[in-house]
Amino acid sequence: MALPELKQTATQERLSSLSQPEGGCLAGARHAALSRVQATGLPGRRDEYWKYTRPDTLVQATAPEASVFHHDEEPMFDGFDRLKIVFVDGVFDESASDDLELEGVRIDRISDISKQDIHWVKDLYGVLEARGQSPVARPLAALNTAFAREGVAIHVTGKPSKPINLIYIHKSEKSDAMLHHVIRVDPGAEATILENGPAASRFNKCTEIDIADGASLHLICAQGRDHERRAATHMFARLGKETTFKSFTLTVNGVLTRNETVVELLGDDAVAHVSGACVGDGDFHHDDTVFVTHDAVNCESRQVFKKVLRNGATGVFQGKILVKNKAQKTDGYQISQALMLDDDSQFLAKPELEIYADDVVCSHGSTSGAIDENALFYLRSRGVPNDAATDLLTLAFLGEAVDEIEDHEIATDIVERLENWLIRRR
Amino acid sequence: MLNINNLHVQLEEEDKQILKGVNLTVEPGKVHAIMGPNGSGKSTLSYVLSGKGGYEVTEGSATLDGQDLLEQEAEERAAAGLFLAFQYPVEIPGVGNMTFLRTAVNAQRKARGEDELSAAEFLKEVRAQAKSLKIDAEMLKRPVNVGFSGGEKKRNEILQMAMLQPKMCILDETDSGLDVDAMKLVAEGVNALRSENRGFLVITHYQRLLDHIKPDVVHIMANGRIVKTGGPELALEVENNGYADILAEVG
Repeated sequence: MALPELKQTATQERLSSLSQPEGGCLAGARHAALSRVQATGLPGRRDEYWKYTRPDTLVQATAPEASVFHHDEEPMFDGFDRLKIVFVDGVFDESASDDLELEGVRIDRISDISKQDIHWVKDLYGVLEARGQSPVARPLAALNTAFAREGVAIHVTGKPSKPINLIYIHKSEKSDAMLHHVIRVDPGAEATILENGPAASRFNKCTEIDIADGASLHLICAQGRDHERRAATHMFARLGKETTFKSFTLTVNGVLTRNETVVELLGDDAVAHVSGACVGDGDFHHDDTVFVTHDAVNCESRQVFKKVLRNGATGVFQGKILVKNKAQKTDGYQISQALMLDDDSQFLAKPELEIYADDVVCSHGSTSGAIDENALFYLRSRGVPNDAATDLLTLAFLGEAVDEIEDHEIATDIVERLENWLIRRR
Repeated sequence: MLNINNLHVQLEEEDKQILKGVNLTVEPGKVHAIMGPNGSGKSTLSYVLSGKGGYEVTEGSATLDGQDLLEQEAEERAAAGLFLAFQYPVEIPGVGNMTFLRTAVNAQRKARGEDELSAAEFLKEVRAQAKSLKIDAEMLKRPVNVGFSGGEKKRNEILQMAMLQPKMCILDETDSGLDVDAMKLVAEGVNALRSENRGFLVITHYQRLLDHIKPDVVHIMANGRIVKTGGPELALEVENNGYADILAEVG
């Protein structure tokens, strides 16, 4: 079917502003991705999947400018021993990065891989993204596969002694960055990957993750705190037998963020937890779109998303659990909740379950509400001032999502940062 | 200490008068009990004194050591030394009991211009108090009142009272939902806090709590007013004859 004219024009305009990296072993994947974008067109306002989030500024040929936000808070994860890989406005910064050497893991830059021929990267780059285009198209991810020049290929072969930290620095008001990462975790291997920073004025990130049997991966991502930045991120994860995948995303500020997560549980006894906490006020729009597919026996999945909104901020949640007919003994859980600190904010939620197996436990819940007045009075009657009591209850609300972080020290650090955010906005 | 003078209160949302001229004075060191039938305004009195929203004071005053309570926020009243033990203690998921207690203790100290307790000082104090109320360490770690039994919730109220060391304690039907043993334990906790500087206002339906917490003065409240005041014998009279005789007597 031909694309509507408006969509075709917008897509052509965007495509003509970009050029593909030439040659290399990923050329085939990039060309195929370009065909996918051309076939579906880029997201438009009338697309059902973009009903609650306007894609215009994510799609338009030139990125809207975003001022660089300066603050005196210690950069995220600075207090932790990690291997740093720094990108400034989407470009690898060798001098600010550590040597990409760490026992138990091999790290290559996507821009170098094009010249080499690393089999696992070829087998993964654009592959999970392509799988993730059905049943719902994700054209911004295909656009990323087709045009991203930078990113890292992380091959976890053992148990690296420290986390790998991807740091995204925003320097130029006009930056429009694309990064494509591929991560492969070998059987029985384990790693933690941290990501933080605003990245660019407009950021398109795509991560493909392949977790082999018995392996585990933890991802902790902090987006923020630049107010005017825009981001569309996609994460595609494929889980083998007896694997564990846990992802937590913290989003602070940002005029537009759309985080799409696509998880496929393909091996028996796999566990996938996808969680997120966000805080925003005023001109803040945050969208979590999650699609978890159970296609194996006895797997567990959890989606836990909490949003604190005020002064007209908007939160969106579109979450789905699809249980295929052979996925017996599935344990699926999904919760999305918004805490609205005033009457001006809104939360738009579309929780979905689609179940074809008959022996499953699946539950979902979605709520939006204000601070519990009874709890607030209880705290105040014990002498806790109104502001502090409100903050305490707000942090408690975010707690269920933050609790998904296994590393206690990182979780504590994130709670402190959230607390400071709340205090600054009293 | 606590002086309530001609207090008139109505609901904010509807034109319904609940308290219709309450007069009451609690002196330091004394335990006053308020008894009365359902709907007489006992709980409203405790809420209005402690600063809960939703009520409008249309006339009268309430002071603690000369300070106007009604002008203050709930947290200011707490820092000034007022404490309400709730009839239904609120469950607060996600806030640890210890965090809650420490935040409250230090917020009050700060409001009074005192140094905050260090983690070690606080821990020592809370462990000692919890032990005497038979509150185990596990209960202190759990979120505030979440999954607590009725008895545990009330003991937790008394623990807060013990930690905050208020001047004036209001106990709103602290005996409700308690079995005999739990009531004894709670009463022992309260009795341990009795001192010549501290006043108590014990709101209850039944005389049995007053067997354990011996009052100095007993008031009968009906229809938004205190209609009769007497000694401990008044509570026994209610227990034996119900409220009907007293209400008929005062018209």
